[in-house]
Amino acid sequence: MSPSGAEFIRQVKSQIDEVDPADVKPLVGNGVAIVDVRETEEVAQGKIPGAIHVPRGYLESRIEGAAPDRKQRVVLYCASGNRSALAARTLRDDLGYEDVASMTGGFTLWKDRGYEVEVPRAFTPEQRQRYSRHFLLPEIGEEGQQKLLDAKVLLLGAGGLGAPTALYLAAAGVGTLGVVDDDVVDVSNLQRQVIHTTDRVGVPKVDSAEETIKALNPDVEVVKYQTRLDASNIMEILEGYDIVVDGVDNFPTRYLLNDASVRLKVPVVSASILGFDGQLSVFAPYDGPCYRCLYPVPPPAELAPSCGANGVLGVLPGTMGLLQATEVVKLIVGTGEPLIGRLLLYEALSATFTELKVRRDPECPICSRSPEEIGDEEMGVFPDYEAFCAAAG
Amino acid sequence: MATVKIPPVLRPSTGGEKEVSAGGESVGAVLTALAEQHPSTKSQLFGENGDLNRYVNVYLNDEDVRVLEGLETPVGEGDTLVILPAMAGGAS
Repeated sequence: MSPSGAEFIRQVKSQIDEVDPADVKPLVGNGVAIVDVRETEEVAQGKIPGAIHVPRGYLESRIEGAAPDRKQRVVLYCASGNRSALAARTLRDDLGYEDVASMTGGFTLWKDRGYEVEVPRAFTPEQRQRYSRHFLLPEIGEEGQQKLLDAKVLLLGAGGLGAPTALYLAAAGVGTLGVVDDDVVDVSNLQRQVIHTTDRVGVPKVDSAEETIKALNPDVEVVKYQTRLDASNIMEILEGYDIVVDGVDNFPTRYLLNDASVRLKVPVVSASILGFDGQLSVFAPYDGPCYRCLYPVPPPAELAPSCGANGVLGVLPGTMGLLQATEVVKLIVGTGEPLIGRLLLYEALSATFTELKVRRDPECPICSRSPEEIGDEEMGVFPDYEAFCAAAG
Repeated sequence: MATVKIPPVLRPSTGGEKEVSAGGESVGAVLTALAEQHPSTKSQLFGENGDLNRYVNVYLNDEDVRVLEGLETPVGEGDTLVILPAMAGGAS
């Protein structure tokens, strides 16, 4: 005769490893995969800090996102310890996980013991639909989306690179987008600056960008800085942002930005474009090289066409800006291999990518020293640049 | 022969060529051969003392020659040299 449901669960529990919540508590934050197999509505009421949510109904298809290594220790829990026992058996017997346990008493006992509980952000039904394609990716999921919504990203410029980057970061649900730009929309911008529109010619770019972002995703707060970044305001503006997206059009500001970002330890996702060519890298202070490690001195005017107006393929800032946006999302979510210590070159006409290594310069005038040692008077300093640009007219 | 990839800002000096083949057993020799073929690249690559200009990065395949042996770095058949000046275009 087939066993009753309760009898079956008892049998399963006798065949698997069970651990007491007291033994799970020290594992929190120590690299052990703690997996919550309850339903979404239950998890919304609270969960074990750092636990990864994989509903039991999706266990087989999504567990690898939570625990990629079948040899690693995995602790499962549900509300009372029954569903997690069944899930543990599945992981061990069907999927080959070698070190799986189910937490006895489940989340109910955990809470009764007074252990720490984390209440995840409650997504609205609208947000669940809006970000559903992110939720389906184990690398992002609800936790990654929470990180995106909590993230603060500063865009330097709402122009060629900033426009596409801002659009996609807004769509992805990056919660706060700061936009620095002192310019107004010009009809000649519209060949590439897709965040602006024909009827907004003459409108400040920060206002135009805000209007488009708000229309695309009301979750995003836009902080506007209708100013030019300079030595007097850069530290104040950058402070509090998690990541800076650099698309500025001149060397003095790039060096200034580099020095400020090293002092504040804010990573910079940097791109530049010219004609049909683009460059991209991520400068993560002290984890990798900085802009000065790559380019210790700016080129003279005849090799620095950024001094004047130059042609650019309208699609190119889109390509490079979206590669920037991709790196930003990776950094926020903490997934993948960021483009730190690597420079990506894109040549549109030949449709080729080239990757070069970028090393930290042990003698870098900025990032070889600690942030406290870098003085205000050194920020953005390098010889004779203004003279070069003046000579170039 | 090595292949030298020419960045956009130097292409006016190479008659628009994006890639130039140049012979030489070291990075310095290859770049000198390039400068002989296209004389106006010389002052852009080398300073008066014959060193590489500091604002020009040169990569042998994917590695900065400054972390190798600089201009003395040996170059093999089929290697690629990438000349890379800084670019700053973006917002405008």
